[in-house]
Amino acid sequence: MDAMTHSGKAEVTLPTDDQIKVVREFDAPANLVYRAVTEPELVKRWWGARRGAMTVVEIDLRVGGKWRYVMDASNGEEVGFHGEFREIVPNERIVQTEAYEGIPDPDDSANVNTMTLVEVDGRTTMEVLIQCVNKESRDMQIASGMEEGMQESYDELEDVAKSLA
Amino acid sequence: MARAATTADAFNAVAEPRRRQILDAVAGGELPVNDIVALLGLGQPQVSKHLRVLREVGAVEVRSEGRQRIYRLNGEALKPIHDWVKDYERTWTKQFERLDEVLEDLKPKEQGDGRDDSQR
Repeated sequence: MDAMTHSGKAEVTLPTDDQIKVVREFDAPANLVYRAVTEPELVKRWWGARRGAMTVVEIDLRVGGKWRYVMDASNGEEVGFHGEFREIVPNERIVQTEAYEGIPDPDDSANVNTMTLVEVDGRTTMEVLIQCVNKESRDMQIASGMEEGMQESYDELEDVAKSLA
Repeated sequence: MARAATTADAFNAVAEPRRRQILDAVAGGELPVNDIVALLGLGQPQVSKHLRVLREVGAVEVRSEGRQRIYRLNGEALKPIHDWVKDYERTWTKQFERLDEVLEDLKPKEQGDGRDDSQR
């Protein structure tokens, strides 16, 4: 209804049973957004906000090249993600696999993530389509978001509750 | 795209953008089906399809008043799942807010690089 007023929020939808789509607009041109998602020292500054401080950011940005992120979760545990680049169009599109190292045989249930950047009038819309191996994997990943969310402030939870009142 | 599977579980019911729109609409109070159709600007058959999915998972309830079908939100049934996706969404929002800060830092540098050429 008021989708236009939510440009600051990531919008998450589930296009199919085994997909997650995340869309967010940034007040910056595409080449800067691209730098922020591909240069290790820049990635280090924002990616970890999901769980904790990042200890490892390795990015070999070429098709077939590998990437790996490790962060210190708030409970002191290390959480690792890794994958491989499948497609790279500078400032426009990256397709990469994403395996979560916290589960057995991570590569067997790796996501294939497609990020696209579209710049209009100096603003850039980022779309990340997360293709999971199956619905169970998809639902589990969203459930892990819930766990993190629960640790956050009750003020935010209150907003959700109000929207349903 | 047409054969993309979407089962009618509560999870998907909430995540589909049009159905979220319907839920937003009935969150404000009971609505006759005609009002929902008008609000969404979709055809009646499409709206009926979305409403059926929402009804099947208990997200909305319907009653008849004369010839009108009136829908209302069943927030009880919905809240845990809604929170599920919302919390996931919030972790991304938080992450992207940090990315916003990185981008703000990059902007002046990039402009500076262009203008500083004459001074070198």
